[in-house]
Amino acid sequence: MTKYIIRRLLQTIPVLIGVTILVFSLMHLVPGDAAKIIAGEGASDQTVENIRERLGLNDPLYVQYGTFVGNAVQGDLGSSIRSGRPVMDEIGARFWVTFELAFYSTIVAVFLGLIAGIISAVRHYTLTDVTVMIIALFGLSMPNFWFGLLLIQWFAIGNWMPESLEFLKMRPSGWGDDWRQVVLPVLTLGTGGAAIIARMTRSSMLEVIGQDYIRTARAKGLTERIVVYRHALKNALIPVVTVVGLEFGGFLGGAVLTETIFAINGMGRLTIDAIRTRDFPMVQGTVLVISVLFVVVNLLVDVSYRYLNKRIDLN
Amino acid sequence: MAKQELLKVEGLKQYFPIKGGFLGRTVNHVKAVDDISFTIYEGETVSIVGESGCGKSTTGRSILRLEEPTEGKVEFQGVDLATISKRQMRDYRKDLQIIFQDPYASINPRQTVASVLNEAMEIQNVLPANKRRARIEELLETVGLLPYQADRFPHEFSGGQRQRIGIARALSVDPKLIICDEAVSALDVSIQAQVLNLLEDLQEQYNLTYLFISHDLGVVRHISDRIIVMYLGKIVEIADKHSLFENPQHPYTKALLSAIPVPDPDKKKERIVLKGDVPSPIDPPAGCRFHTRCPFATDKCRTEEPKLRTSDLMKEGHEAACHYMEEISAGAMQPNY
Repeated sequence: MTKYIIRRLLQTIPVLIGVTILVFSLMHLVPGDAAKIIAGEGASDQTVENIRERLGLNDPLYVQYGTFVGNAVQGDLGSSIRSGRPVMDEIGARFWVTFELAFYSTIVAVFLGLIAGIISAVRHYTLTDVTVMIIALFGLSMPNFWFGLLLIQWFAIGNWMPESLEFLKMRPSGWGDDWRQVVLPVLTLGTGGAAIIARMTRSSMLEVIGQDYIRTARAKGLTERIVVYRHALKNALIPVVTVVGLEFGGFLGGAVLTETIFAINGMGRLTIDAIRTRDFPMVQGTVLVISVLFVVVNLLVDVSYRYLNKRIDLN
Repeated sequence: MAKQELLKVEGLKQYFPIKGGFLGRTVNHVKAVDDISFTIYEGETVSIVGESGCGKSTTGRSILRLEEPTEGKVEFQGVDLATISKRQMRDYRKDLQIIFQDPYASINPRQTVASVLNEAMEIQNVLPANKRRARIEELLETVGLLPYQADRFPHEFSGGQRQRIGIARALSVDPKLIICDEAVSALDVSIQAQVLNLLEDLQEQYNLTYLFISHDLGVVRHISDRIIVMYLGKIVEIADKHSLFENPQHPYTKALLSAIPVPDPDKKKERIVLKGDVPSPIDPPAGCRFHTRCPFATDKCRTEEPKLRTSDLMKEGHEAACHYMEEISAGAMQPNY
């Protein structure tokens, strides 16, 4: 097992090299001269040249790349052009906000998705099933920025709540000070994921429920509950885990809209702001961090297969 | 010989609804098993044979209520299993076990052999927890596996070994009746023989009764005491093994028997080849269900359904459902191929 994890870690190295090359290229592919942008408008040629020299932009590309990776490995991703602070510090401050948001959203997505999927599968082709799946289709099709705005309208601004329930009123912005700031963004981000997980769980469960060993379990005289949870669900979980992993990774990188709607200072907004202001080191840093996280999450998913499916011999 | 009734099936029907249309209304039924009755006595092996789709597997599942029977009685030692609650039925599952056809699909891939067997014993309260392990190892030895294999997963076994696990599982709760649903047809011939012999030994050892469901007449001939022939959800003939093979009465049984390959290239035998396909069980033919393919069919066959009955030519307990079995046997009717 340890051997497998080590081998998988080694295998991520080529992926990470690919990622760093792409991220590094960003700086050189975007139109405009980075040094000029940093120097600001109206700066003298000398200033620009100085900056260029300082950033090593006159060195051959492979030297620049080597320096970039060397620094990155040591946790140095340069300094933000906008704020002048180290990129790593800026990301560090924002990272946990996004991580929390993604984490809670994943929990909500898994919880709602699994329940809906199991109910649908156990009662397949009934009215319940159809209803649940139509709701899931809604959850999937609804753009989450629109759903987020609706939630704000209903639960943060709307005046329909009686006075006595005012304490339940959600806050439409910010993160972390108050649970009332957490609920709406988590729901916004989690519902889409819940819908995907529900559909995945349903189809996977249906496939398993038709198997002979489920019939065997019933023939043993097991209760329906044990048949569904111990025999069917466990076997149906593998594709679901894959989706959950991808969802979580997606939430980490793709919470931009949700963060924007709810004015949450997370990684997503940091990235968008950096792109808008051409803060190259910051863009590189955020893209790199998100990519690395994605790789790590997928590694964890792969390893978890081992526990879910004894037949997958990872070695 | 005073035979003790163990299982008595009466008027069993199993219809599966066909849903259609926008709101999934039931538009029709597949009449998989349509009004069959038979009795199984203690200690014997009864086989159900017939071609694919004739309802033989469904019969087995309906008896165990793995499908809820549409109509009819399934009396096990005098208790009608078809009407008791699901909870009560769970207790009876101890006495009635099933071995499935596909040994690769019928064991949960995530359970070790020991936990497969243990779960069954636990739920049926067969043994106190501390004695189960010893019993599991004993069971594995009984079916020809080794005790140390108990903690392996199903994928570490071959098909024949897995079928033995299935048998051990069925045995683990000390059942009285085991339904073998094509239990050996997924195995190759040499393994089939081993498993069949094992089943016979176990029958003697534990005084088991088998309901053996198969399409393989060779296997059936080897293992059965009595044989039921089904066609399109109905029983067409029922007899002890000897009578059925030596003195078949129903034209369908005759056609079926003529299809058994004989391992002798010089022997010429008359092969009765039936025309056409089995009609759809959604809308089975009126009258005798076999009339669309029967070489002797008359107008009476097309309108009037034959009942199971006996004739002068048949031994006691031998019944067939054909209007003309006497005439056919006497050669008074010419087949119309």
